[in-house]
Amino acid sequence: MSRIIFKVNGSTHTVDVEPTTPLLYILRNDLGLQGPRFGCGLGQCGACTVIINGAAVRSCVLPASSVRGEITTLEGLSSNGKLHPLQQAWIDEQVPQCGFCQNGQIMTAKAMLDKNPHPTDAQIRETMNTTLCRCMSYYRVQTAIKRAAKAIAAAQPSSAKEVLA
Amino acid sequence: MTPYTRIPKRVEKTLATHRRDFLKSAGLLVVSFATGASADAQSSAAAQVAGPYSELDFRQLDSWIVIHENNTATFYVGKTDCGQGTGTSFRQLMSDELDIAYDQTTCIMGSTDNTVDQGGSGGSTAMERDSWPMRRAAAEARRVLLEMGAARLGAPLDQLAVSNAVITVKGDPSKRATYGELIGGKKFNVKLTGANINAVTGVAKVKPVQELRATGQSPARYDIPAKVDGSLKWAVDVKLPGMVHARNVKPPFACARLTGIDESSVRNLPGFIKVLSKGNYVAVVCEREEQAIRAARQLKTTWEKPATAPFPASENLFQYMRTATATSSSRPIVEGNPESAFADAAKIVEAEYEVPFQGHAAIAGAHAMADPSNDQMTIYSNDMKSYGMRNGVAAFLGMPRDKVRVVWMEGPQGYGRTAADDAGCEAAWIASEIGRPVRIQWMRDEESAWDTKGPAFLVKVRGALDTEGRLVAYDYKARSCDYNHVGYNEPDTVLIAQLMGSRRAKPAAGGSATPSEMYAIPNRHMVGEVVSLPAVWETPLRTGNLRDPNGPQSTFASESFIDELAAAVRADPLSFRMKMLTAATTDDTGFRRARSIAVLRSAAEAYGWEQRPSPGPPSKGNILTGRGVAYAFRGQTIVAQIAKVEVNRQTGHVWAKRLVCAHDCGLVVNPQSLRHTVECAMLHGLSRAIHEEVRFDTEKITNVDWLSYPTLRHADVPERIDVVLVNGDPNPNRPDLPPYGAGEAALKPMLAAIANAIHDATGVRIRRVPFRDDRVLAALKAARV
Repeated sequence: MSRIIFKVNGSTHTVDVEPTTPLLYILRNDLGLQGPRFGCGLGQCGACTVIINGAAVRSCVLPASSVRGEITTLEGLSSNGKLHPLQQAWIDEQVPQCGFCQNGQIMTAKAMLDKNPHPTDAQIRETMNTTLCRCMSYYRVQTAIKRAAKAIAAAQPSSAKEVLA
Repeated sequence: MTPYTRIPKRVEKTLATHRRDFLKSAGLLVVSFATGASADAQSSAAAQVAGPYSELDFRQLDSWIVIHENNTATFYVGKTDCGQGTGTSFRQLMSDELDIAYDQTTCIMGSTDNTVDQGGSGGSTAMERDSWPMRRAAAEARRVLLEMGAARLGAPLDQLAVSNAVITVKGDPSKRATYGELIGGKKFNVKLTGANINAVTGVAKVKPVQELRATGQSPARYDIPAKVDGSLKWAVDVKLPGMVHARNVKPPFACARLTGIDESSVRNLPGFIKVLSKGNYVAVVCEREEQAIRAARQLKTTWEKPATAPFPASENLFQYMRTATATSSSRPIVEGNPESAFADAAKIVEAEYEVPFQGHAAIAGAHAMADPSNDQMTIYSNDMKSYGMRNGVAAFLGMPRDKVRVVWMEGPQGYGRTAADDAGCEAAWIASEIGRPVRIQWMRDEESAWDTKGPAFLVKVRGALDTEGRLVAYDYKARSCDYNHVGYNEPDTVLIAQLMGSRRAKPAAGGSATPSEMYAIPNRHMVGEVVSLPAVWETPLRTGNLRDPNGPQSTFASESFIDELAAAVRADPLSFRMKMLTAATTDDTGFRRARSIAVLRSAAEAYGWEQRPSPGPPSKGNILTGRGVAYAFRGQTIVAQIAKVEVNRQTGHVWAKRLVCAHDCGLVVNPQSLRHTVECAMLHGLSRAIHEEVRFDTEKITNVDWLSYPTLRHADVPERIDVVLVNGDPNPNRPDLPPYGAGEAALKPMLAAIANAIHDATGVRIRRVPFRDDRVLAALKAARV
């Protein structure tokens, strides 16, 4: 066992675990977070996705000892009680069926939009392609991503819009 | 904000707590939980509350509806929601009957100790069957409240008006009483009648559909906000003091006999608590989750192989099914004189279709938490049949039923009899053995291998055409590999019971299916047979209900074949169907023939269908484009689908570029929820059409992760999906227009629609599911396309 310090959603936590423990179990079982979820344990489905240094990372295959940087989970997306535009778009488009995979859908989309605020349909399909949904909510997920991208662009100050243009 | 979240969270908590106190005072020691806002209360309360958990009396109005002093209402229903938004729809219907605003209500579902037993989910029965007792209970509550209002306000009933839970005297609005003032916090104490829960009724009648207000609107689903902000507590999130983690060690192949366990291989691992074993069932228990995963992987076990192979390898499955002796056969449906019609035919067409085993493949492994405190058993589960799980676990453990409760919580859905049933019994057994709360979860390979499967089908069809190109005789014979079909939460067939040696004297016969269409075919012979694999116990090729259990398989065959017939006489495939629907002159009580015509017509209009035979004119270039139609009913719900596909001539890749679905399920309660359910069911069908096949060698499943068992992905999603909600009832305004099921029907015709579109695009008929790139490419090459 060894003591590992994590910064998650703005708070710092110290956990005493085996260094090889996948991050997912620490987030869920030690820090009480329930956004990232166990789907496959193989990094294939995306249900466990968190964001580290701007990248969507599959926490079920990431050893605790190799985490470098602050972790953002689904719980950390809203700010000042206001949902992230992606979360709002998910509600507006009524995306989920059972909803179990939606953490992965939202977090993967967040990392994508942060890097590429105006993805094309093809880029959305490619970037999201390995984030699986067994209820097949994909069509709505893609619609919601486009809706969120528009909302984010509309919320930018006008100078920023010009830069983006 | 959704209507649900407009109720402040503290009110939500009050609502839930209220029922607990309420029922306690009524002599029922019951704890009530809502998911979402009050879920935090759930796990902390669970460890403390002792049973017995008596069953709620469904003939008591108080079991269904509680009116609070703040003039809100909570509905308690014996259903679970697999993600189609049924809870929201129940609230709409019950709000309408009670005459209360939708926003002033909440709905609590599926936990065995605080909701009546309506069986949970299954069979697309939510609206069609189970909404009726809810509506009648709400109508009765309204009637009783009006009587109370009449007494309170000193006015006769016919002088009263009611709106949004406020009763007023007509012409004197100053005289008013709210529901909350009349009964808030108190019991109705009103008996309902009815031979069983489906027949439950009070004195009041339900409203004609024309008077429903919230019904037919699309309030946002109340469960979605907590699913996207991370606040929902799912069944996987339950934590209890003293809890431990378990993982199964599954046999490495079917019918394996455990011959040894070397506990020393894991004894020194961190957090190790115990290896548990009985018969061929093995599990490892550790303090932490990752420790249990590691220990289960590392535990050394030895197993003996069965003397004979449990099943043929998947590439030999259909040959095996073709030659096997049937274990059972349905009584043939015979109409007219098919034999002589075939003898007189101008043309006979024959084909054989193959659908492999397909998995539920839930996005996460089956799981459950079991708490054995107070000599009782509480199971936290997402099982869609929570009431069945209570009964199954009680029987499996030999506990009285009122000492077992199942707290239903949200989870990854798989639409049918998934391994959630198995995990519930496993968690309960381990918890009873070690006396501590236990959480178990199946790993991916375990889930893919050992979850129940939808049965494989082999279907032979023959059709006789006359000189006018009409189908005059039809001969359909299906064989499904479905012997020993596993039921829901059966204490003697759950996997742990099988592994411990349980053997039912008479295994379930299993089922097959005949086509679901309303075509006028004068002469028919249709039969469904079941065959068995060599091994039927302790095998990963065990079958269980998978969304519309046999419908997609039989409809793939029957609706592909209709297209083959149309092509044989160079007829437009949609007109060919329409002629057979319009040729009949009689209809059934649900007007399925009239509604089939309306639905097919709507699909054709929405798509912009041009009449021509299939295949279409040959395309140049690498991308071949075609369209295909298929239609079916499930129960009383009618579905017609049209797919436009692109087939890549060089790779064999099939992309469904556009999907159209016309759907008639009678009264639509929530159009938005329905559209999304239909969209997702169609894509589930598309996934099964182009990707899904369980593969195996002669002793084990060989595709056990998402790479080897691919399902639909973002890149496969159509560019456009149109869902047309049809009401093809000849009298769509009849006051009793009923709602029919919608959870499954839209999956049913999709496989055939895609196959027909591939044929239209390429001229090549694919009679084997799934239409994977390599299979399509081989067929194109063989046909020199």
